[in-house]
Amino acid sequence: MTHSVWQQATFRPPYVLGVVWDKSHTHGGTRQPGLARADRLRCRPSGILWPMPPVVRVERLVKTFQIAERRPGFGGALAGLFRRRYRAVRAVDGISFDIDPGELVGYIGPNGAGKSTTVKVLSGILVPDSGICRVLGRVPWEERIATVAQLGVVFGQRTQLWWDLPVLESFDLLRDIYRVPRTAYESARDELIALLELAPLLDVPVRQLSLGQRMRCDLAASLLHAPRLLFLDEPTIGLDAVSKLAVRDFVRRLNRERGVTVILTTHDLDDIEALCNRVLVIGQGRILCDGSLAELRGRVTTQRCLTVDLEDAGAVVDCPGAVVVGRDGHRVHLRFDPVQVPAPEMISRFVSRHAVRDLFVENPPIEEIVARLFAQESARKP
Amino acid sequence: MKPYLAVVAARFRVHVQYRAAALAGAGTQLFWGLIRVMIFEAFYRSSTAVQPISMAQVASYVWLSQATFAMLPDHVEAEIRDTIRDGNVASELLRPVDIYWVWYCRCLSFTLIPTLMRCFPILLLAGLFFGLKPPPSAAAAAAAGAALLGAMLLSSAITALVSIGLLWTISGEGIARLSFAAAYLFSGMMLPLPLFPDWLRAIAVALPYHGVIDVPFRLYLGHIPPSAAPAALAAQAGWIVALVLAGRLLLKRGLTRLVVQGG
Amino acid sequence: MPGTLALYGRYASASVKSQLEYRASFLMHAAGNFLLSGIDFCTLWALFNRFGTIRGWTLAEVALLYGMVNLSFALAEALARGFGTFETLVRHGGFDRMLLRPRSTALQVAGQEVQLMRVGRFFQGGGVLLWAAASLDVRWTAAKVTLTAAAIIGGACLFAGLFVLQATLTFFTTSTLEIVNTVTYGGVETAQYPLSVYRPWFRGFFTFVVPLACVNYLPAHALLERNDPLGSPSWLRWAAPLAGVLFLTVALRIWELGVRHYRSTGS
Repeated sequence: MTHSVWQQATFRPPYVLGVVWDKSHTHGGTRQPGLARADRLRCRPSGILWPMPPVVRVERLVKTFQIAERRPGFGGALAGLFRRRYRAVRAVDGISFDIDPGELVGYIGPNGAGKSTTVKVLSGILVPDSGICRVLGRVPWEERIATVAQLGVVFGQRTQLWWDLPVLESFDLLRDIYRVPRTAYESARDELIALLELAPLLDVPVRQLSLGQRMRCDLAASLLHAPRLLFLDEPTIGLDAVSKLAVRDFVRRLNRERGVTVILTTHDLDDIEALCNRVLVIGQGRILCDGSLAELRGRVTTQRCLTVDLEDAGAVVDCPGAVVVGRDGHRVHLRFDPVQVPAPEMISRFVSRHAVRDLFVENPPIEEIVARLFAQESARKP
Repeated sequence: MKPYLAVVAARFRVHVQYRAAALAGAGTQLFWGLIRVMIFEAFYRSSTAVQPISMAQVASYVWLSQATFAMLPDHVEAEIRDTIRDGNVASELLRPVDIYWVWYCRCLSFTLIPTLMRCFPILLLAGLFFGLKPPPSAAAAAAAGAALLGAMLLSSAITALVSIGLLWTISGEGIARLSFAAAYLFSGMMLPLPLFPDWLRAIAVALPYHGVIDVPFRLYLGHIPPSAAPAALAAQAGWIVALVLAGRLLLKRGLTRLVVQGG
Repeated sequence: MPGTLALYGRYASASVKSQLEYRASFLMHAAGNFLLSGIDFCTLWALFNRFGTIRGWTLAEVALLYGMVNLSFALAEALARGFGTFETLVRHGGFDRMLLRPRSTALQVAGQEVQLMRVGRFFQGGGVLLWAAASLDVRWTAAKVTLTAAAIIGGACLFAGLFVLQATLTFFTTSTLEIVNTVTYGGVETAQYPLSVYRPWFRGFFTFVVPLACVNYLPAHALLERNDPLGSPSWLRWAAPLAGVLFLTVALRIWELGVRHYRSTGS
């Protein structure tokens, strides 16, 4: 396999070390629960264990927006032409975190929580009010061009390809934009084409691609310049199951085999489960949780959703360990705690008691987890 | 009547939200009016020959046409265009209304409401500062009022016809563009018809577009005397009837074609 | 700089290829563009047919002004149209994508859309200019041909500058964009006639605020070897097209300020 363009050596971040190191004394930040991660160890005076600087460093980042208030009526509209009233909204309210080379971090939170503001600051689009931010050693808003040259960004809902051009021409254009040397470009392109199976799509205008095909092409497009850091914004939104798996598989390989650092925002908890070793939860502009998915679940809820389609719509459902939370004809929604009853046992327990057409187990949606996290946070504070 | 009025009312509510845009649009028309009046003044000062229309009349003509700029049939109706483009015409057929009149009402509101929202500030400022004169007689005012109403109906009939033409995709686009260009030239919007060379004026008079700008405003100026108003209004009405009938016929053919081809 | 120009060329060819995907629609637009600007000239001709001259200028002399300004505007519209439709770009998040790329934003916005259909106005304006050049009693020296080209390019820069200013305004407000639009299109109309026909305040605006006179009226005097009733010195007539380039430069500086504002407010 050629790897001339993947500049950085492949490596795995040493998550295996089982020591929690409190770094509050070095940064003055609040102690955050989390995995025993290399950056914690790096804070040791010796500094020998892990000399690599973090890919992203964010400290006490604040970003406020001025929202124009509209006044009602014709007079209001007229007055609004000349003078506006503004209301300040804190989109990001003093967040801090580090991301090490080779991490694959899920960044989740409800709409309007400050996710996209953070990503925009990290990628140099937005200038924050205060706080420290380094991306690949640079201040992104001061050195926008140098920063974004090493960044790949994929938006699930917006393509970066040229709508009416064949995919391959979009790739060529991106080569010119990112000033990628020809040989490096060609090997990266051919490799991505092989990995993502794009060969049959190259001559098709982007507007004729299906969503899944387009997403694969977008992923390739964002990697042609061999970025060291990749932002993925809802990369699986609207995709069918097969495409979702293909995207996840590719992202995983990219991270594991190339060591590309990935920050992933998503509403799909399955994405996180499949990919991320670490999850950052943001709500109302603050980091609510920084740790593994299991830790997050453990902090909030251990419950799973069990959805069953019964043979007999009128049957009385009775299954110890599970609580019925909703019912809609043949379909019954239940909750159970896998710590008390493991999922396989719950399923067999249910099937032994009721005639079942179909059944599946799901995680509670992100919104619910975050909402609970919020409730806990606000309950803790007076 | 009710569904048709509802079409107009809905459009009115949409447009009222864009008051600031309407105000800016009025500003644009004022600026253009100023440029045009200055150019006409310079031409009139450069020649001693007697012209078929006086400079004062031209100034009023220009301001009136700037104020009613939105009335010019130089567009296809956006909703109809989108319906056709997205292939949703069939769903329009499911409604228990006469599709031509629904479309006509859309065209009417698309013309009427922006005109009403823009014309008053222009007329006011032009009347106060820039040489727009009131009509010379009550008869001229009445005739102009009737002709303006007719102009509105006529403009909508043209827009409806051109929009229906989009059912024939490519040729419809082409004809629409020709019609827009003709509307600019032959309505009198760019140059009052009395200043045209005779042969070009003959073409303009043979086309329906002059009923939108030239007829109402020359009635306003008394340039068409009130005594000739009935004939002018009858010609305008004739065009409205003819274009509505043509539109209905075209729509029927277009829909049949659509059903046959399964578009 | 050569790299930048090459990239602009790549953008332009991508945009043109996209438009040629819809060949029939493109031909229609180009023909419509030709027709509408042709009607403009038709009106001008009809006026001269009736009045003979305007303030001592003949049809052929005015046609020179007309041809130059329309060529300028067609070039600007074709090459910097991306700025003209910038509001949509911002609203749909396309500008954020440009900020994510390691190139100047102005270059990306300009290259985003190169409107080929403007060949309609370009050919119409070019035809009128050639007709004027042939029917005028002017010795076409190399210097004069150069000045004509400079005036056309200066004019294109000026109109491009106006598009840039309009786009910059999008960062601050959405309700006053039409003002710049009015100046742009009104400017084209204005410059089709000699500046001396307008009232003094109006002449002042299009000389000192938006220096349209410098890329059209003033160089035309040098080309026609006329005396300017407004009394401009003769060296100015030869140097004036530079004002268009200067205008674009200033506009691009203001654009940078606008981008900075956008990045601090994210509005």
